[in-house]
Formats: sequence, C-alpha cells, structure tokens
Amino acid sequence: MIGGLFIYNHKGEVLISRVYRDDIGRNAVDAFRVNVIHARQQVRSPVTNIARTSFFHVKRSNIWLAAVTKQNVNAAMVFEFLYKMCDVMAAYFGKISEENIKNNFVLIYELLDEILDFGYPQNSETGALKTFITQQGIKSQHQTKEEQSQITSQVTGQIGWRREGIKYRRNELFLDVLESVNLLMSPQGQVLSAHVSGRVVMKSYLSGMPECKFGMNDKIVIEKQGKGTADETSKSGKQSIAIDDCTFHQCVRLSKFDSERSISFIPPDGEFELMRYRTTKDIILPFRVIPLVREVGRTKLEVKVVIKSNFKPSLLAQKIEVRIPTPLNTSGVQVICMKGKAKYKASENAIVWKIKRMAGMKESQISAEIELLPTNDKKKWARPPISMNFEVRQRRGLEQCVLGKTLEILPVNLCTYHLADDETETPERSDFNSQTHFFPCRLPPRN
Amino acid sequence: MTDSKYFTTTKKGEIFELKAELNSDKKEKKKEAVKKVIASMTVGKDVSALFPDVVNCMQTDNLELKKLVYLYLMNYAKSQPDMAIMAVNTFVKDCEDPNPLIRALAVRTMGCIRVDKITEYLCEPLRKCLKDEDPYVRKTAAVCVAKLHDINAQLVEDQGFLDTLKDLISDSNPMVVANAVAALSEIAESHPSSNLLDLNPQSINKLLTALNECTEWGQIFILDCLANYTPKDDREAQSICERVTPRLSHANSAVVLSAVKVLMKFMEMLSKDLDYYGTLLKKLAPPLVTLLSAEPELQYVALRNINLIVQKRPEVLKHEMKVFFVKYNDPIYVKLEKLDIMIRLASQANIAQVLAELKEYATEVDVDFVRKAVRAIGRCAIKVEQSAERCVSTLLDLIQTKVNYVVQEAIVVIKDIFRKYPNKYESVIATLCENLDSLDEPEARAAMIWIVGEYAERIDNADELLESFLEGFHDESAQVQLQLLTAIVKLFLKKPTETQELVQQVLSLATQDSDNPDLRDRGYIYWRLLSTDPVAAKEVVLAEKPLISEETDLIEPTLLDELICCIGTLASVYHKPPSAFVEGGRGVVHKSLPPRTASSESTESPETAPAGAPPGEQLDTVPTQGDLLGDLLNLDLGPPVSGPPLATSAVQMGAVDLLGGGLDSLIGAPSFVAPPAAAVPANLGAPMGSGLSDLFDLTSGVGTLSGSYVAPKAVWLPAMKAKGLEISGTFTRQAGSISMDLQLTNKALQVMTDFAIQFNRNSFGLAPAAPLQVHAPLSPTQTVEISLPLSTAGSVMKTEPLNSLQVAVKNNIDVFYFSTLYPLHILFVEDGKMDRQMFLATWKDIPNENEAQFQIRDCPLNAEAVSSRLQSSSIFTVARRNVEGQDMLYQSLKLTNGIWVLAELRIQPGNPSFTLSLKCRAPEVSQHVYQAYETILKN
Repeated sequence: MIGGLFIYNHKGEVLISRVYRDDIGRNAVDAFRVNVIHARQQVRSPVTNIARTSFFHVKRSNIWLAAVTKQNVNAAMVFEFLYKMCDVMAAYFGKISEENIKNNFVLIYELLDEILDFGYPQNSETGALKTFITQQGIKSQHQTKEEQSQITSQVTGQIGWRREGIKYRRNELFLDVLESVNLLMSPQGQVLSAHVSGRVVMKSYLSGMPECKFGMNDKIVIEKQGKGTADETSKSGKQSIAIDDCTFHQCVRLSKFDSERSISFIPPDGEFELMRYRTTKDIILPFRVIPLVREVGRTKLEVKVVIKSNFKPSLLAQKIEVRIPTPLNTSGVQVICMKGKAKYKASENAIVWKIKRMAGMKESQISAEIELLPTNDKKKWARPPISMNFEVRQRRGLEQCVLGKTLEILPVNLCTYHLADDETETPERSDFNSQTHFFPCRLPPRN
Repeated sequence: MTDSKYFTTTKKGEIFELKAELNSDKKEKKKEAVKKVIASMTVGKDVSALFPDVVNCMQTDNLELKKLVYLYLMNYAKSQPDMAIMAVNTFVKDCEDPNPLIRALAVRTMGCIRVDKITEYLCEPLRKCLKDEDPYVRKTAAVCVAKLHDINAQLVEDQGFLDTLKDLISDSNPMVVANAVAALSEIAESHPSSNLLDLNPQSINKLLTALNECTEWGQIFILDCLANYTPKDDREAQSICERVTPRLSHANSAVVLSAVKVLMKFMEMLSKDLDYYGTLLKKLAPPLVTLLSAEPELQYVALRNINLIVQKRPEVLKHEMKVFFVKYNDPIYVKLEKLDIMIRLASQANIAQVLAELKEYATEVDVDFVRKAVRAIGRCAIKVEQSAERCVSTLLDLIQTKVNYVVQEAIVVIKDIFRKYPNKYESVIATLCENLDSLDEPEARAAMIWIVGEYAERIDNADELLESFLEGFHDESAQVQLQLLTAIVKLFLKKPTETQELVQQVLSLATQDSDNPDLRDRGYIYWRLLSTDPVAAKEVVLAEKPLISEETDLIEPTLLDELICCIGTLASVYHKPPSAFVEGGRGVVHKSLPPRTASSESTESPETAPAGAPPGEQLDTVPTQGDLLGDLLNLDLGPPVSGPPLATSAVQMGAVDLLGGGLDSLIGAPSFVAPPAAAVPANLGAPMGSGLSDLFDLTSGVGTLSGSYVAPKAVWLPAMKAKGLEISGTFTRQAGSISMDLQLTNKALQVMTDFAIQFNRNSFGLAPAAPLQVHAPLSPTQTVEISLPLSTAGSVMKTEPLNSLQVAVKNNIDVFYFSTLYPLHILFVEDGKMDRQMFLATWKDIPNENEAQFQIRDCPLNAEAVSSRLQSSSIFTVARRNVEGQDMLYQSLKLTNGIWVLAELRIQPGNPSFTLSLKCRAPEVSQHVYQAYETILKN
C-alpha cells in the first residue's frame, strides 16, 4: 500500500510530507526531488522506480504530488487516490497552489490522516469529510452524541457521499452535458477516427435523501421497451443512440444499471460528475472545418479556414472559438474574417478566432497571412491540430425536459429523466447546458 | 488566518523559543507553537529535542491540538522510545472516550507508534475497539491489526486478533468488511502458506454482497482479494464473474481494472464453447477503451495493462485498433505505449490504416517516438506478409527524408525484413548503400554490414564497402566487429579469389589484436574451419537461416500469466514479477492462473484457434510457444534477429556435431595450420575446450557415474512392532542400479534366522532383484547391514501415494509388514537428458493443464551449484538463460518407466526461494518430483 505522500512546490521544496509505512525513509523525499523534479530530461513516465522504491506522481499547476511505496500496490488505485486528494483539497480551499497549501497545512495533515490509513484509502467524499473536518478547526467537541454517531455512520455508511438532514427552500437540479468530439482527420479530409466522450455534470440542491432515477435513449433501453412504445418514440422524433460504454459516479447503483439499464441514485449535495459516456457510431459532426494552407516562399504562409455549421437552422451555437496554430518562427500575422473577431496570440502560438453565435447551416471563413522569420533552426514544428470549442445552452422547465431537441445536433440525446415519484422532491428548475470541444484535424503537412 | 507564516521561521535559537511557547499556559500559544513544530518537521528540520514538551500538550480536550501532537508522535516516537511510553496512558484513556471520533483517532494513531515496548499496552484497547459498537471505530481498528502485525506479528497471533479480524468479514457494515479484507490480505501475504483468508463459497458470497455497498476504495480491496480466490469449478467461476461485471461501469478506473483482473483470471476456467464466455469477452472491451479517456497517468497504467491483456487474449480488442491512434496532445509516455499496442493489434484487415498512421508518426518531433514508429513499420512487414511490400516502400520514403536517426532506424528494420523474406526486396540495397556514410549508430552499422555480407554476390563493390569499415575496426563496438568478421568471411566464401587478403586481415584483427573473447573465439572458429574444410565452412557460415519469429518482444507465457494475475498493480506497469522490485518476502507470492476444471476442456490445447477465427490469423497473432522457447533457449547466442547468423544457424541447423567433432580433432591435429605464433596462447586447448562446452554444453555430465543423493537411514519397522526386529533403511541409486540399503537389528532375546523379503505391487514395479541374504543368524543385539538390489521389472499397480512401497519381511519368528515411501529420484535414469529441440517440442506438446508450480524455499545455492547437484541425481540441465537477473534452468529427467518430466527452475540471485514449474504427461508425478528436488537441493 501507499507508504508515504509528499507534496512539493515547483522548486522541489517539500510542503507536506506524511509517511505511513516504516519502509519509507526521509531519503525518499530527496530521491524524488533529485531524480524527477530536478531531472534534466522531460518526465518519461508517471511511475518512477528509484532504488527499489516506486514513486507515482501527478502535477497540478506547478505543484507535485507524489505517492511512494515499496510494495506491489494497485497502481491504478494510487493515481485515482492522488486525483481524489486534489479534488478534496480543491473543495476545501480552492486552487491547489503553494500559497494555499502552506496556508492550510494543518488541515491537509488532518485530511491525510483521515482519508489514508496505513496507506489504505478511506472514505474521501468531501460531503462526508466536511461534517467533521473544517477549516475552522474541529467542531466535534461541541457536538451532541447523536450528531457524533450520525457523522460516523455517514462516513462508514452505504451513502457516504451525502449527509442527512439537508434542507433547501427551493429544490433545484441542474444538468450539464459536456461533450467533446474527438476527431482525427487526414490532411485529405478523410475521417480516421471519431468518437464522442461526454460527461454529465449534475448540480443538485435537493432536500432530504432524494431517490433519483434517470434514463437515456440508449439503443438497448429503447429496444427493450418493445413495440408498444416504438410508435411513441418515432412520433416524438427521438432517435436511439448506441452508447459504447458509460461509467458512473459511485452513487449510482451499478447492479441495477447492469440488469435494467436504469440509472438510479441518491445524489451527493452540490456539483458532481454523474456519468461519462462514449460513443462512436453515427456521429454527425456539428461543424465542418476545412483548412487550406499554402506556402508562399520560405517566409510566408497563407492559411484559410472555413467552418460550416452542420445542424438545424433553428439551433444556435454560442461562444465559438477556433484555434489555428501557427509555426514557432512566426513574426507577424494579418487576419481577415467575415464574422467574429480574430487575433494572433504570440504567446500561445495560435490565431484565436471567436464568434459569439452562429446558426445552423451557415458558413464562415477566415484567412490569414503568416510572416515567418527565416530560420535555420532544426527544431521541427509539431504541427498541432486546429481545435474548436462551442456551447449550446438552453434552459427548460422540467415538463419539457426531453433533451432530444436541445441536443439534436449532438450524437447523444439524453431523453427522459425524472425524479422519484415523491412529489415534494421535484425540483423547480433545471438547466441543461451542452458544451462541445472539437478537435477536427491535423494540418496538412508542409512541403 | 494563514498558516504559511509557520514555514518562514529560520531564526537561530528557535528550539528554545518553541520550548517556552509549548510550556505556555495559554492554549492558543501552545497550539501556535505545535503548528510551528509540525511545519519545521515537514521541511526536514530535526525537532525531536522538543519531544517531552510536545507530549505534554497531549492531555487536552482540544481535538485539533491533539491531532497535531499525534502527528508529531508518529514521526518521532521511534527515536525516543522511552519518552513515548508517556503517551500510552492518554491513548488508553482516549480509547474509552464517549466520542467515537476520538476513540478511532486514538486507535489509529497508536498503531502508527512503532515502539516495541508500547505495543503490548495497546492490545487491550485494540481488542475493545475491534468490538466497538460504532462502525467507524471498528473499521479503524481493523487496519490497526495490520499495523500491529507489521511491528510484531507474533503478538498479533498470540492475542487472537486474527480471529477477531476474520469475524469482521461478516460485519454488518460494508466499510468494516472492506478494511478487514485489506488487513487480512496484507497479513496473509507474509504468511503465504497459512490459509488466513480462508476463502470459501460462503465468505466469497459475503464479499460479493459487501462489494455492492462499500466505497470505491473498499471495492478495490475486495476485488483484489477475490482475484486470489480459485473457484472450485467453472460454474462458481461464472457466477462470480456475473456479479463482478457491473463494476466495469464504475467511474473509478482502479475498480474497473481490478474487476478486469478478476474476470481475466476466472475466464481461464470457463469453457470457450460457453455462450457466457463470448458475452464476457465482449463486455471486456468497452471499459478498457473507456480507460483511455481518463487522465494521462491512468491512461498509462491502463495501456500497460492492455498490453498484457492483448497478449493473453488478442480477441478482446482486435476490432478496437482506432482508439489507440496517437493524439497530438498525448504525453509521450502514452504515445509510446499506444504504439506498442497498435503493433500487437495489427492484422491484414487493418494494416493499411496502421501504416498510414505510422508514416505520420515518423514525421513527429520526439526522437524516441519517431524511432519507435519506424521500427513499428518493420514489425508490421514481418507480421503481415501482405503488407511487406508497402512497408518497404514506406521505409524507403523515410530514408529519402535523410533525417539521420530515421535512416538508421529504417536500415535496422529492413535487415529484419530481408531475414523474413529472403530474395524479395534486394532491389533496395542500392538505396541503402547510398546512406552508408551517415550511419553512426552501432546497430545500424551492424545491420548494414550484415546486409552487405549476406548479399555480397549481388553487390559489385561489396569488398570495397566492407574494407572501408575495416579501417577503423578497433574503434567499432563489439556488435559491429562481430558482424564485420562474419560478413567478410561470407564474402570470402562467395568470392574467394578477390578477397583472400581481406579475410586474412580481418581474422588477424579479430584473433590477435582484440581483447574481446567472443570476437577471438569466433575468429578462431572461422580460421580453423576455413583452413581445414572450406566445404564444411560454407555449409556452416552460409547455412540457410531459420525464419525469424514474428514478435520478438512477447512476454514469455509463465510470466505473462503471473502478470495477468497482477493486473492493475505495479507489476503490471513494470511488466516484471513483484519479486523483481519488492524487497523481502512480502507480496512476492508467485501467482498463477487457475487451471480449467471442466473435463470437456482437457482435450483442447491453448493453441487451438477460437471458433470462427480463420486459423491463419491466429498464427499471425500468437506465436507458437516453440518459437518463443527457441528464443529463450538461445542462451548467449543472441536473438535470432540481430544475432550473429553463424552461431544461430549452427545451433539450429544441427551443425553442432560437425563443429564439435571437427574441432576436437583439430585441436590435437598436427596438420593444423596454426595462427601466427605470437597469437597462440600457451594453453590454447583449454580456452577452446571450455569455450566449446560453454557454447554447446554437450558432453559434460552425460553418463557420469556419480551416485545420486542418499537419504540417511530411517527406522521403517520399530522393534516394538516386530517382536524385536528393527529395520531401518534407505534407497540408493548408484551407477544405474537401485538398491535398498537395510540395517537389521535384533533387539529380541533370541536368534533370528531365515530372513526373506517381498514387495507388494507398486507404481513403478519395484521388486527385489535378489533374495534377502543374511549370511549368519542374527544374534541378540547384533546388527547387520544389507544392500538389496532392486529392479523395476516387477508388476505394476498404482499406489496412493504414488511412491509408497509395502514390504513384508519374514524371519523364523513371524512375518512383519511395513510400508515406506521411496524418494522418486532413485527412479531417475542416467540418460534423462533431453535434446534441446526435443525439449522445446515436448514442452509445447504437453498441455498447459499439466503444468504444476512449486516453491522451493530456503535454498542458498546459486544456479551452477543447483545444476551440478541436480545432475548428480540425474536431473539434467538442458539449457540455461538469464532473464532480468533471474536464472532460468530448463531441465529434463526420465523415470525408469520412460516418463519424461520437464522442468523450469527460476532462481533469483540473493533470494533463497526458487520457483519450479514441472510439465509432464503424467501430472501426478509432479508432486513427487518436486519433493525429490527439495531433498536433493537441501541435503
């Protein structure tokens, strides 16, 4: 199991060091600094073995978190734990920075004592942790006996992610569907591979212990429902979607999903990622991006990028941002675009083109002249892909919350969702938001 | 309020100030001071001098302060054991506190205070906490047992904590169950033999129920524990699999991977004809692909594991090639791993896409990645014959880019393509030769030289090219020198007239001026071959080369199986068995996949292609074990791909006799044209001889008459049971004959006469070959020693245990019966050395179900000693090789009834535990052969 956990700043100074096992000595702290943080070469692996000691590390901004062990631990678990550790810290004091860590070091030690025992991860849900570990110190001495046993039963209970007795005057529920379309296109415009990975983020502000049930127009479910409802679905125009795979937050009852394909759960309070899904079949690309690159002599490059929106004219995409990478030896850029604003950002080596909104079945283009410095530099340009970002946002009442329309342009349509029949738990308002990242293609190679 | 100020105190005399503050009356000041102490501790300052002052702060009702003091205690208690005792009282008191959080805190902390003196004080509080009414306290106490066990294992056993821990597996709270499982699993690792976890269908059922209810971490503990269980039959395996599959949808990747581990392991037991087997196979792919959308570090772990899964069950991901395409923003470690998997999945169906990708990658920026991509193109050519031509043209395009490292890498792989498809792509040689000057890496130079030598007859200026390399012979690396030597000899054999001078030159460079024994030896061999029998030389040097294997970097099957059992863990990331990186005995228990149990499976060999797959394809993706072992058995001669062609071909073409015989006569032959006198070492014969036996390991040991190990005599028949006759004895095998050495003692008061002996029918037909001859009557207190020759020609009946022998002895008083066990090694015949090729074929031929694995513990011998000791008992080492610091001995032995037993013995220097894998057509003997190993090695 995990033998120790260290947090370093970018200089390699240790900010937090907690050792759980006897086989990890103080020299391990230095070994990691010398061999990884101060290493001359770029890190080639997130797992490093130094003198029979294994170091797992993740980096958040310029903070290094390292877990250390001498045993054959579950490596996936160690990384999952490190991410979780970051989430917990962020939930307590926001951004993970050197200053915040120093300011909260007592709290961090307290958390580390609670969520890792002898190197075994324990309940690390912030909802539960916050009931007895707070930034203002411990509350427990003022608690009644009932409160204490409520805490412990929650920490160890089946629903460790939610505390009892939550009350809201307005019951609200928000759903964000964030999708990224990962597309790999050859310079000739041929789609090499495409998949959509989506995240459903839920913000729940519900009282009590609400039982939620959530469904989707997953092909398997719809086929299961049989002929009786087949007419209905065709009437409402819902398409069924073949989801390749999905994973769920630990609050979702997996065995129920396995047997009935229904997503039932008692949500944590506040924001959490309910599920992730992935689909590869019948992906309709919301946008088409067509780049043209022409080299004019050795010091000039002409780039033209056309984007075509490929969805219903009635829908609106917002906050569109297209990022066109430029070579490292760019000295100046002149851009002309029909719509929106475009700027060359030298620090990011890219032209950033922003369009506020764009309706379906429209087209827009940008052309740029890129001046290059003559260079003998052998360092090659990595030719990053053009990337694109946009949002489709819509707010709806619950009675209309058949998502089919909102997300029609996206390959995954989440259809019905309803709370349990208990009327009092019905939220008053829900909000759906879909955001898509889009990595369309590799730039054509320069000749 | 910010705490960062505590990090900034650097004044001198700080300790004194802190001391004063710690002893302050004001609570706030105290707390501030302890915080400062902790901050100093974090950055590595030694604040142990403050121990008594900090411990004094422990008696407080302020929980925050208490926690800080505990943190300090955990760090320094070990360096101040006497002072630490001061803390005991507080712990004991806190364990009685009405607040469960405080009770748990106390029990959690006291387990971390690793002071022997303290531990015994902690037993009582711990016992109470294990039975606490609050689950939070119980789950903390469960882990505390593991902590205590780590400090003092004996104490934990004596106090009966292990039983309490076992009871907690049935606890009503899932988290308590999970922690108890984790603690027990850890403790069980240090007692591999004890059946501590005692997994049975009932307890498994409990675990599976808890699995649905506990935290993500608890699920991991339980799944990892389940993976150690071996279901009793395929039905149980299936029902466990059914209950584990829902975990594949968990958001936590570690839960998913641990579930995959359980499924991969238990699938071994399911029949491939089962519908469920197919369903399960289909369910595995999507979650594995989803892991690739996780954070990069987890992707890396997942990819390393997928690499193993694809080797074990290629069918799982064979349609998922595209997801392994490299993304621009993947970290380099993810890119490299993806590339590896792409090659493994490459097949005729997807080769066009793969090649297009690889070509793209070859123009990327990262040098390592580009090299690997180029190499991958070559591997595709070798793997998928239909694509070879396209691969070669892609490689030629890349050579045209003139990017130095791309060119060199391309030449290395083109050499392999030539090996695989001889006489097909020689047209490109001209292009390769153009780049001769730019090659500066040894591997590329050696590859180019090999190509020139191999196709010398078609390259007009081959002699010039090779001569140009010869100029800087001594500056080249050994690899290039060896290759150059061989290439020039080849050239000479093909064009003898023009190149005599060249060959003379290289032979003298190799034999006279080089310090490298390999090079000298090879030089001498060529020299002598050429000078005695050019025809034989031609046969050896220009022999047809065996085909190279399709995949050179597959993990060997036994290791692969072990790693499959370690999915998700570090071992699967390193692709090394836990014993290779874990110190001491903990966690290095050798794991292996469960055997199939369904009887219908026994006929199916693992090589059989799955239903529906075209047989040809199967051959493409799964190299036969023979190929692999061929690689393994090549000893130091190098892998067939890049190794010196002479040595490889010589061994594999059966030219051994020719070489051996020829050289034996050469060494003593007066007609031998000796190398120049200066070069002849005085003891020429000796190094040559030993070199040869190193290389071919032919004669040593075969037919030696040294006797095998003889156990000391044991009492077989005590006098009490035989009216005063005591018989003790042992079995020996000497010079091919077995005998039973008996010692008869008369402990009665009368004379004994008329002795006779008879055996019951037994497994190996052992029978007395002569009557029991006691020449004189045996008078009271007299002892006589007799050696009774045995034959194996008696009638056979299988006994239980296999090696038991029932004996009847008669004398003038009565008939007595006794039974004894004979060590199996008396049945090992002296011609039990199997030919290497035979060994390979046989090993492959024996179904995997017949393989048995054992641990030989506490044997301090090294590989040589083991080998020679076993040889004197007629267990012969057929081959030996070294893998990652471990010695692997491949051994054979034959029993008197003609049964062959093949063995693989894994020895790790410095580790007294060996792993023995036995394969035999009659698997029931394995256990006894293992015992024979034990007896021979430990005596």
